[in-house]
Amino acid sequence: MVAAATVGNRRLLVAVDPAAAQAGLAPGLTLGDARARQPDLIVCEADPAGDAAALTRLADWCGHYTPWTSTEGEDGIWLDLTGCVPLFPSEQVLAEDLLARLRQRGIACRAAIADTPGAAWALARFGAMPETGARVVPPGAARGALADLPVAALRLPPEITHELRRLGLRRIGTLYGLPRAPLTPRFGETVARRLDQALGLVEEPISPRRPVEPRLARRAFAEPIVAPEDLQRATKLLLEQLCKMLDREGLGARRLELCCYRVDYRVERVAIGTSRPSRDPTHLMRLFERQIETIAPELGIEIMQLRALEAEAMAPDQLGFDRADPCDPAAPLIDRLANRLGSANVQRLVPVASHVPERAMRAVPALVAPRALGSWPAGRPRPIRLLEYPDPIEVMALVPDDPPLNFRWRRMLHRVRHAEGPERIAAEWWLDPAAAGEDGTRDYYRVEDEAGRRFWLYRRGLYRAETVPRWFLHGFFP
Amino acid sequence: MAMGLQHGTNTDLAALKAELRRLEGSGRRGNAVWPIGMPALEAALPGGGLARGALHEILATEAGAAAAEGFAASLLAGLAQQGPVLWCAAEGGLYGPGLARLGLTPDRLVLVRARRPADLLWAMEEGLKTPGLVAVLGEPKGLDLTASRRLQLAAEGSGVTCLVLRREPAGGGVAGNSVAVTRWRISPAPSGPALGGGERDFGLARARWQVELIRCRGADWAAGEAGHGVWLMEEGDASGAVPVAVPLADRPAASAPAEQRRAG
Repeated sequence: MVAAATVGNRRLLVAVDPAAAQAGLAPGLTLGDARARQPDLIVCEADPAGDAAALTRLADWCGHYTPWTSTEGEDGIWLDLTGCVPLFPSEQVLAEDLLARLRQRGIACRAAIADTPGAAWALARFGAMPETGARVVPPGAARGALADLPVAALRLPPEITHELRRLGLRRIGTLYGLPRAPLTPRFGETVARRLDQALGLVEEPISPRRPVEPRLARRAFAEPIVAPEDLQRATKLLLEQLCKMLDREGLGARRLELCCYRVDYRVERVAIGTSRPSRDPTHLMRLFERQIETIAPELGIEIMQLRALEAEAMAPDQLGFDRADPCDPAAPLIDRLANRLGSANVQRLVPVASHVPERAMRAVPALVAPRALGSWPAGRPRPIRLLEYPDPIEVMALVPDDPPLNFRWRRMLHRVRHAEGPERIAAEWWLDPAAAGEDGTRDYYRVEDEAGRRFWLYRRGLYRAETVPRWFLHGFFP
Repeated sequence: MAMGLQHGTNTDLAALKAELRRLEGSGRRGNAVWPIGMPALEAALPGGGLARGALHEILATEAGAAAAEGFAASLLAGLAQQGPVLWCAAEGGLYGPGLARLGLTPDRLVLVRARRPADLLWAMEEGLKTPGLVAVLGEPKGLDLTASRRLQLAAEGSGVTCLVLRREPAGGGVAGNSVAVTRWRISPAPSGPALGGGERDFGLARARWQVELIRCRGADWAAGEAGHGVWLMEEGDASGAVPVAVPLADRPAASAPAEQRRAG
């Protein structure tokens, strides 16, 4: 079986499976030639976008070994294992575990662990492999391990590789002793830089697919888990583990993410947020409970990992978070409500220094609401409900500049018994230049209808003889 | 002999009443009531205030949605000084400056917006289970007996007071059954003439509401607690509502309108 793609006006093979390779087919061959050699060839269309997406997914899935993963080219994945190895008995075990899991899914793969990304790349693609397909180069041994590899292993463009070969420089080892000066004018800086990167003489960062967070707890299961109770139990254990870690650092979590790595190498993610830093496993567990129900384990989850995406300093005396927090007894409740209903639906009201009614107050998510709030104006009568968008109304007034005699709102006619006003409110031209001028001015009236209901009406713009004034209903008084 | 028997019956009756109160739950937290700052109403209530850790229902007549919210906010004003209050509604739109004028400082409020009725009831119940809160106010679309019982139980368990604000169906009639300890009906009432001077509030007289207590569990007639009544309330400044001098009628709500006309 081979995958083919149209390059220019030719059909070329871009990938071949082991059987095809044995039959002498290789990428780069035209489809016609291949068919001639193997008439029973199965051809499928290459799907670069799909391949890239699958690779990205796979890189994400590798996130359970280290948070620092990234894709490399069309067929590689970087894992930066710095500091992650303590989770495994040894690097060799880690690499073999990774390969075994990938092979189970029919992915042909090789892996190498070395001091530098360059060395790991070279060994994974060109190095001699032990039976397991995983090679670990002990620290400091990269120089020796690389010496025998072809220069192509240095991630050089084909033309440079070709040129080096023409000069008889076939092995990386032969480059070690060369003086740098003549190399540079001939090949640019690439050769020297790649060599230094491979040997760890210059730093080479890998840009991770996801931001790095060192605070994480991880658990791999011998048997993939499916049952919701098992998920809950595992989450609880992870939370306890993570909270202990946070406790040591004097931190509390603000945002946590739980990643479930499924057998079919997909990742299920759920996240929670808290209004105040917390490291109380019981409280955090309650926030996760509902989220966990949304996880679809399908065939099973083999690894779960909990990460503190955001953590803040937290005094040790705040540990009794769930019981009684003297600062804000509503905090744990706000967390629960916000995590189920969405943080935008749990709000606090904050006063704003503005005399335009709709600007005088803001509803902010309670999760982020400031502790110290401003003061509320008490001077003028204000409605208990304010319409976000004032409703246009039909108004009858004796004199256009007077309060209305009656008005029609939502098809109901209200006869005005008492009225009071106007209270003139001008637009804040310094904030909203478009609303400035006469049209932005509003004359507000408080009116009471026959039933005793009270409304807040306004006329937009200043009164002018030639125009019909426009009236709006903006709020309700109790 | 006859006297003795009479006496015995009285004691039995008192004991039975006490037992009933205990069973009904309103007496469960002893005399935990909170004064609502409206003396005329307090006189009609057992213990001189509204029971804490209990369910209170406020019905809004068709025209009384804003008035009922205002009444509820005035009730909460005093309580909110002791801790946070959760206000659950299907829609936003509450206006902070208006609440502040009724004495309910919005800093004390946590607002929940839940469009689905089930979410709203869930949020209320969660609030009622949080002992740090002082009250939960909810505006559910419908409230059946089971839901009201759940809320009442949660309130009893934690001591958090629950106010339920509901629209009365068009054409009057009590909306459904519930286990609320008190039930109120609020409608707007025409304000008095704008006479000028102190009575005038910037040109319009103070707003008035008609407040009916249509049900109250555990009221003791003998102690002068009527357990029901109709009052005309008038808005105060920023200190919450104060009743306008007199209760309109200390009798069933049916006779109220005539009285109200006279007052208005």
